[in-house]
Amino acid sequence: MSTRPIPEPTPVSRPFWDALAEERVLIQYSPSLGEYVFYPRTLAPRTLADDLEWREISGRGSLYTFTVADRPTAPPWADAVPQLLAVVEWDEGPRVSTELVEVDPADIQVGMRVEPVFDHDPDSGMTLLRYRPEK
Amino acid sequence: MGLRGEAAIVGIAELPAEKKPSRSAFTIDQYARLAKLVLDDAGLDASVVNGLVTHGIGESAMFAPATLSEYLGIPLDFGERVDLGGATAAGMVWRAAAAVELGICDAVLAVVPGSLGVPRSERRPATDPGWFGASSNNYGSPQAEFEIPYGNVGQNGPYAQIAQRYAAEFGYDAKATASIAVAQRTNACAHPGAIFHGKPITVQDVLDSPMIADPIRMLDVVMRVQGGAAVLIANADLARRSKHRPVWLKGFGEHVAFKTPTYAEDLVRTPIARAADRAFAMAGLERADVDMASIYDCYTITVLMSLEDAGFCAKGTGMSWVREHDLTFRGDFPVNTAGGQLSFGQAGMAGGMHHVVDAARQLMGRADQAQVADCNTAFVTGNGGIMSEQVALLFQGE
Repeated sequence: MSTRPIPEPTPVSRPFWDALAEERVLIQYSPSLGEYVFYPRTLAPRTLADDLEWREISGRGSLYTFTVADRPTAPPWADAVPQLLAVVEWDEGPRVSTELVEVDPADIQVGMRVEPVFDHDPDSGMTLLRYRPEK
Repeated sequence: MGLRGEAAIVGIAELPAEKKPSRSAFTIDQYARLAKLVLDDAGLDASVVNGLVTHGIGESAMFAPATLSEYLGIPLDFGERVDLGGATAAGMVWRAAAAVELGICDAVLAVVPGSLGVPRSERRPATDPGWFGASSNNYGSPQAEFEIPYGNVGQNGPYAQIAQRYAAEFGYDAKATASIAVAQRTNACAHPGAIFHGKPITVQDVLDSPMIADPIRMLDVVMRVQGGAAVLIANADLARRSKHRPVWLKGFGEHVAFKTPTYAEDLVRTPIARAADRAFAMAGLERADVDMASIYDCYTITVLMSLEDAGFCAKGTGMSWVREHDLTFRGDFPVNTAGGQLSFGQAGMAGGMHHVVDAARQLMGRADQAQVADCNTAFVTGNGGIMSEQVALLFQGE
């Protein structure tokens, strides 16, 4: 198995990753746009307003779409099939790419409620944001 | 607003699809070979060319138009690089036509090499793992940080997520999507250059093929091949001197909406809708005027959603529509008459040019066994990324 890629925080995104390590979901909000924004940026999308601020959200949402990949999407996941690739729509609006865990692939349905799973990787010190059905 | 329809494709070239490359050539050499083929096809000299479009060359990360100009010995009044993934070829064609109509150029090469058979350095082995595909793993890339770590990489997974969303909103009929692959295979069997020439399939074959990423099965997916394709776009004077019936670009539209489908405003209503509306308005044509369509077909779901969003059937009705129509070259709505990328094969970036060449070949009346009778108007789509950047073209014969 080739090594799985680990995200590397940037000067722009670091608050998001630092919060995940503390099991909190922190994303940006633009008061002038009146919308939450993801992924982290320096200016708000559409308006390019310079007023993005960090706000904590619950991290809960609904499943926008998914797939059960029987063939690995790339060599690092050769021993990880089926991969449960997913897009979650947060209750606050933006969507996020993730993977589903703690679920039978046959039970996955678009629209189902999901909650965060904070997946700590001791080797890298990074925390990935995965999802499971809401309990 | 738009083109007057006074620039035409006057030459086409497409190498036969090969599983393994039969020769080894740098992309710059492949470009030159295809340029010669397309000029010979038009019956025009290299001296008429004063514009060039490329998606880039493997030997040089920058300065691709200048490097090609120097190599070919063709000075340029328009040197352009197009970076629209699978929509690159269609994007090249309208840019070339615009340069011609503005009077900047007499003739523009739009060439897309498509063979991985490239000489390898003995001193400098390739370091890129190659599996990031359309995603960038560079530091600071949104894909590197928020997509790749979750395995959301490549094409199969993302397209399957589009198909699942479509299924949740409108339903999914695997026999209907399979029928697209079957019709295109029928077309490939009438086109000797296709990789699957002589190998017909049935709907059951598609349904029995291995699941890749639910609901996409192996025969719903393009076949990677080695090849390359090119067209020459020229003004009316050169079109009159060329060997074949000119293929005039009457309208186009381009729309780029996002990179990663996670961030699409609406994943199942794709950018081709706006691009197609603009193309038809520019051309003053109706959907019913179209005699054949060459629709970018990385997956069967891409064809189905493109037909819907481009306005050939109502949104959400594509599954029943494709079962009610015959998409073969002899059918009532011919699509991808040379087999498309599903059955001709996808020669890398040249896959997008396959659709341009397919349409031009039909309008020139040169499709032999697969010729659509009385074919005068063709619609072409290009699709880059994950249905995130799309181009529509409308061509007419004289």
